[in-house]
Amino acid sequence: MTALPPFQSLLDDHAADVMAVLRGAVGRADAEDCFQETFLAALRAYPRLGDDRNLRGWLLTIAHRKAIDHHRANGRRPLPVAEPGELGGASAEPELDDGLWALVGALPPKQRAAVALRYACDLPHAEIAAALGCSPDAARRSLHEGIKRLRKELA
Amino acid sequence: MKASIERLTERAAGEGLLDVAYATVDSPFGPLLLATTPRGLVKLSLPNYDAGQALEELAARISPRVLEAPAQLDDARRQLDEYFEGRLREFDLPLDWRLSKGFRLRAARAIHRIPYGRTRSYMDIARSAGNERAVRAAGTACGANPIPIVVPCHRVLRSGGGLGGYGGGLPMKEALLEMEGVLPRGE
Repeated sequence: MTALPPFQSLLDDHAADVMAVLRGAVGRADAEDCFQETFLAALRAYPRLGDDRNLRGWLLTIAHRKAIDHHRANGRRPLPVAEPGELGGASAEPELDDGLWALVGALPPKQRAAVALRYACDLPHAEIAAALGCSPDAARRSLHEGIKRLRKELA
Repeated sequence: MKASIERLTERAAGEGLLDVAYATVDSPFGPLLLATTPRGLVKLSLPNYDAGQALEELAARISPRVLEAPAQLDDARRQLDEYFEGRLREFDLPLDWRLSKGFRLRAARAIHRIPYGRTRSYMDIARSAGNERAVRAAGTACGANPIPIVVPCHRVLRSGGGLGGYGGGLPMKEALLEMEGVLPRGE
């Protein structure tokens, strides 16, 4: 087992991405609470983490679960969505405007998370899979389904 | 994002998840890294040491729950400021000794008892730590002192009065001893 880095380095390196994913998943208003829950859960579990590979994927997995918990707790009410400018900085694509993010917010949870992780955080399929706790194929399918549905909505 | 992280750090401390809190503070000699556990000050890293490496060691030896949390070190920072200004002679800080073991722990406790403005020899420290002949080991214990300044290893000199060594560099040792009135003010 390799030594785990000081937890502060996880915050320094990944807090912005976690916040971007959560804003995409639960909306700006609730992202802060989910952010706190995500990092407190991570901090609780951290010393028992077996290895330090893919800490980013591990954090995004926890964030994804906290977003799902949040949706369960709130029933499936319509989603507020993040301002496009706050999603993932440089990797946010210019054509992802307000209206489109509103549609992303209306996708089923797995598709929504896959689309947010791909386009807000610029994650490759393997990392999306790690964050969602599914196989890369399943992640690719969720992303594909999500994009297909968005295309249909926009057509 | 900064506010979110500060809120997180506060909540972590409140929930007992902040095993090691650290801060970087200014000193006349350069930035010092301070780290505390819930028991007390555990590490003070002098300016010429690699702060990143010190944090990795804390993560490995105490807990990887290491967070930057300056508020947890306000008291230590204030006392250090006063010490460097010559207004404080004795630190009143809880210490966490767990980074020292065995002979080195006994030596560190002996060093901690040396009063402001006084000095001891490496042999004195060796004797206090239980082995008068372990003079070289006493020197090593000074060099390995995890909490310099507060545990004042700069007050340990050679038997003949020579300065010996200092982790922070000899000019810093000289400056501290001048400030405490042990050495005449610099030439």
